[in-house]
Amino acid sequence: MSHVRLVNVTKRFGAVTAVNDLNLEIQKGECFSMLGPSGCGKTTTLRMVAGFEDLSEGEIHVGGRLLSSRAKNWYLPPEKRDFGMVFQAFAVWPHLTVFENVAFPLRIRKLPAAEVEKRTKDALASTNLLPSAEESPANLSGGGKQRVALARALAINPDVMLLDEPLSSLDPHLREEMRFEIRDLQRKYGFSIIYVTHDQAEAMALSDRILVMKLGVVQQIDTPLNVYNHPVNRFVFSFIGLSNFLSVTRADGAFQLAAHSELLPQTLNPPEDMRRHETLSLASRPSEVDFCGEGGLRGVVARKSFLGEIVDYQIKMGEQELRVQKNRRAPGPDVGESCGLRLLRPFWYEGAE
Amino acid sequence: MEELIQIEGVAKSYGAHRVHKELTLSIHRGECFTLLGPSGCGKTVLLRLIAGFESPDAGVIRIGGVVVSDPAAGVNLPPDSRSLGMVFQDYAVWPHMTVFDNVAYPLKLMKKSRQELTASVMEAVGMVGMKGLEKRLPSELSGGQQQRVALARALIAKPSLLLLDEPLTNLDANLREEMRFEIKELQRKLETTVLYVTHDQEVALAISDRLAVMDERGKIRQTGTPWEIFERPADPFVFNFMGVANFLPVRNEEGKYLVGNGSQPIPWEKPEGGAKDWAAAFRPSDVKIGRGGEGLRGAVRRASFLGAVMDYLVDVDGASLRVSAETHEAIAEGLMFEDGEDCIVSFRGLHWFEAEKLREALTASAHNNEGVRA
Amino acid sequence: MSSLGKKPGFGVAQVILFLSVAILVVVVAVPVLLIFFNAFWVNGSFNIRDVARIISEPDTWQALVNSLIIAAGTTIGSTIVGTFFAWLVTRTDLPCKRFMKGMFLVPFMLPSFIGAMAWKMLLSPRAGFINRFFMLHFGLSGPIFNIYSYAGIMLVEVMYLFPFVFIQVCGALERMDPTLEESARISGAGLFTITRKITIPLVLPSILSGALLIMLYSMAHFGTVAVLGIENGIFNIPTLIYQRIHQSAGSFASIRTGTVLAAILVAAAALILWLQGKILSRGHYQIIAGKSFRPMELKLRALRMPLFLFCAAYIGFTIVLPTVVIFLVGGLKTYGLPFTWENLSLDNYKFILSAYKVTRDAIWNSVTLGFSAAVITMFAGVMISYVIVKMKVRGKGILEFLGMLPFSVPGSVIALGVILAWSGRYGVNLYNTVWIILVAYIARYMAFSLRANSAALEQVHDSLVEAARVCGATMWQALRDVVLPLVRPGMLAAFFLIFLPSLRELTVSIMLYAPTTRTIGVAIYTLNEDGETVRSAALAGIALIIIVAGQLLVERFLGKKAQG
Repeated sequence: MSHVRLVNVTKRFGAVTAVNDLNLEIQKGECFSMLGPSGCGKTTTLRMVAGFEDLSEGEIHVGGRLLSSRAKNWYLPPEKRDFGMVFQAFAVWPHLTVFENVAFPLRIRKLPAAEVEKRTKDALASTNLLPSAEESPANLSGGGKQRVALARALAINPDVMLLDEPLSSLDPHLREEMRFEIRDLQRKYGFSIIYVTHDQAEAMALSDRILVMKLGVVQQIDTPLNVYNHPVNRFVFSFIGLSNFLSVTRADGAFQLAAHSELLPQTLNPPEDMRRHETLSLASRPSEVDFCGEGGLRGVVARKSFLGEIVDYQIKMGEQELRVQKNRRAPGPDVGESCGLRLLRPFWYEGAE
Repeated sequence: MEELIQIEGVAKSYGAHRVHKELTLSIHRGECFTLLGPSGCGKTVLLRLIAGFESPDAGVIRIGGVVVSDPAAGVNLPPDSRSLGMVFQDYAVWPHMTVFDNVAYPLKLMKKSRQELTASVMEAVGMVGMKGLEKRLPSELSGGQQQRVALARALIAKPSLLLLDEPLTNLDANLREEMRFEIKELQRKLETTVLYVTHDQEVALAISDRLAVMDERGKIRQTGTPWEIFERPADPFVFNFMGVANFLPVRNEEGKYLVGNGSQPIPWEKPEGGAKDWAAAFRPSDVKIGRGGEGLRGAVRRASFLGAVMDYLVDVDGASLRVSAETHEAIAEGLMFEDGEDCIVSFRGLHWFEAEKLREALTASAHNNEGVRA
Repeated sequence: MSSLGKKPGFGVAQVILFLSVAILVVVVAVPVLLIFFNAFWVNGSFNIRDVARIISEPDTWQALVNSLIIAAGTTIGSTIVGTFFAWLVTRTDLPCKRFMKGMFLVPFMLPSFIGAMAWKMLLSPRAGFINRFFMLHFGLSGPIFNIYSYAGIMLVEVMYLFPFVFIQVCGALERMDPTLEESARISGAGLFTITRKITIPLVLPSILSGALLIMLYSMAHFGTVAVLGIENGIFNIPTLIYQRIHQSAGSFASIRTGTVLAAILVAAAALILWLQGKILSRGHYQIIAGKSFRPMELKLRALRMPLFLFCAAYIGFTIVLPTVVIFLVGGLKTYGLPFTWENLSLDNYKFILSAYKVTRDAIWNSVTLGFSAAVITMFAGVMISYVIVKMKVRGKGILEFLGMLPFSVPGSVIALGVILAWSGRYGVNLYNTVWIILVAYIARYMAFSLRANSAALEQVHDSLVEAARVCGATMWQALRDVVLPLVRPGMLAAFFLIFLPSLRELTVSIMLYAPTTRTIGVAIYTLNEDGETVRSAALAGIALIIIVAGQLLVERFLGKKAQG
């Protein structure tokens, strides 16, 4: 039985539909990420689960408890939902010490003093904050503040942890470190995570499953590897990782690059069900292109940049461009040279670029 | 090659804080030169000394053979007589002027005829891809567009030297990547000399003909082409600064070189020198992870799928290594490891540093490992 | 190259610095120093005993105590009222919140001494309309409320001063990151707990800083106490200074008493500002951040309509009623007649605008004085702010200190200092001319100009000027082409921040006026004192129209900037 269940959830703000008919089941102990560009409805969804927004339609259940239901006119306010939540801007209270910040949810629940002390210390220990317990969180760095927010969310030992872009305000180095800390805390405490982010690498690294959203509509829900290897549509392909799109047109039954006279090589033909379209786009990832001497797609190296571990090529093919990234030790052509390219994993989508 | 900028023995202090002492550097005409260093290393101060916003305490600065700063001789040319172009991190386009007026300003000060001015401005605006937006006010432009205006304004008077002070820092990642190629393209086309200041090693590698790596104390550790800096680092500081770095501790025990705290001997060429403790330095992509064959035995402590690459944290006898593998290859070769699995790591190339020097370099950059406290 | 000079612009910087220091010294520092000098030096030697003697005189001691009592009461009252209303309009679902918020800011515009006059008409023990109404219809033997009392003075001051707290707290609550409250909610706290434990503590620095401003203002406030207190012998420091000097026509003893009291005021003001600075710098939490959602609204439910009616009644009672009374009384043929159609006319208004020389002069004086003071102060302010905010020259520290002075010198102190400095003792005698009022206005409003111009200059990043320099502009060209155009809105704001308040100025002018140099405020006050109640009210009505119209025009053209 799934732990968090969203049924036909829809949210409208005036004439705008922010979330459209969302169905979702999240297992206990799962780390589930919602990924999409800003304004796609991921944050609104999280806020509906938290109880900061009511639903326009649908129901939300957590652990057998009905939290919100439009049809039954039922809405549990956020303070009764017993979730942990961490916000992008830390939202730690500067007028309370680190200890009191973390103890706050326990004191609100009127737990005995000894219990408050013990559980607060536990949460502080799990987040390496014990030495700073009596300080004001205003004196902590961004990473420190976010740990306080995590500890505060942990204190009540919630079943579900809601994380709203918790790492976006941190610098890249720290972001990576905190990502693993969150994962470790989850293993230790066993809560489910609903994680909202626009950073695809973060979602991939952290999650058991991810949901990709666009304009309030779910595009794909799957494991990170499956979303990367089998993107269901062009949007998902372009949103996950770097991408190349080449426009391909049909002329006399054969396919060629748009504005380029050469036909596509034999090895690179659209699948049967795509062949009826006049125009197609051919998608590939810069890291999944090999240089080959003969055959393949032909192009000329317009730019070659040494970026350290990788070398970045821009290949001109008539009017179109393709980006290729290779390890610096892999051999590659120089600027101005013509070269052949083999796409290791081509994807086809209908419509021109 | 002709030297456009010569900096000799320049010193600069603010009160008791000494930013530069005895700094010497020269930049060739027509090259794109980058000053790369962590924040607070004094690279911006150096740029401002060249621009004339600050004056050195000692030393000589020459631009195109002309002495612009020489405190000993009482020479300090103001910024407006140095004929430079400059682009700032916060764009610094004037909010009360249109794009056209911003770009035209240097020519207006030169009292150019209206006709000549309009022609030059339109050309510069076109060059940075802002054609059609001349009548806009900066408030109606995105950050990237404002930075293009700043670029056009800096280039319009055809300065011999273009100074760029972290111009891409305020832009988002995609735009940053796009703009760095554009700046490089413009530099090639106009054959301007560019001095670029940044803390971002990837930009520095992508854009520079030559670069200088500075440490926290304002000392230049190495000057060279991007390839030299990356593949032939002068010291562990440079190696560490230029990307994700692995330092595998190796100890010399009675002529045998053993890894970490275990007993595996190194299966490759030994370091030259008499030191006892060493560090083998390499990049994550220079490690091959496999299930068998030659190499060091280790275990995958953490596997992270990041999209195009798999990122592994591998434990080898108490030492952790960051290893990256291209996802499509890992899938094709059955090398998708999971947490806790055993593995064999081998290396495609590495650098040897004495452990002592490494320690010194890492304490210098200790600020990178931000703790809990602000 | 000919321009190989050492540090070009060196001379220019020094000239600007010198001018700035000179202006502040002459206009502000000298008068204040003279006050301290006169207070502590008797016959050429330092004499603290005499100061103690003056303070311990019953009248002076009482005035000191009164200033404190009134300031304390007003501060506490205003803080409660201001915080409560700010919370209501930002954090609850009160109906018509935006309108309410606008109305709560109206008292900022209205001169409090005109309000005091209105309340005198309404609640003076025998003649007040409300008191009479109750005595007539409910058979009460005495007044239901005597406005000539501490309570009366404090109530009227609260009505006009609470917006200082209101606007600060509103600002803090609106800018506060909503996730600070949301995280408390998800932690399990209800809305009332959050208000008590999270919201109020977080905005406490804003509340305190507004409260201290009120305290500063109330302690040195002349108008309300003058209108309501003198009748019953309640004096505070400014009214006592005025009364002594006015009665004795500037005798030596009265000036001594005045300077001692003024010195105490300055010291108290400096202390308050120091405290405020401390609170703002240390306790001001970084609570602004993040994505913005609508902050949570407390559902008032059953209290929604009662609280709405309460707010409406408050606005009606404290803003509408006094204003209406002023206009009605101004229309009466004779004070004391009932408000019936046949007793009301526009004759008074016509008379004071066309025929009556006293009021015509007063309007002309106020407009010309205000305009000149605003123009001069605007230009001086932009120059001084430029040095303080932007320039790196030696001796700037002195200027920063001098720049703080205008903030801590109350109006009556400035007036007294100006009398000491400009009445002939040092070669220049401006006493009894409009010039002395002009000098005092410049000193009084310099703080406004410095604040507006500094704020505008802070927005002009150094890189904007540097960008002009590398483009080939000299320092002067960069100032002309970049800095000046960008601070123009700040200068304009400074102009109106000075021009509009100067139209209703009373505290300074009352000490400095001569028969031909009355300002609007002085004319209203003296006419009222002389028993010309209807003419005084008519002039007050016209002043209100000018001020409100001016304010609306400014807000229309300058956006919301004018209310710094």
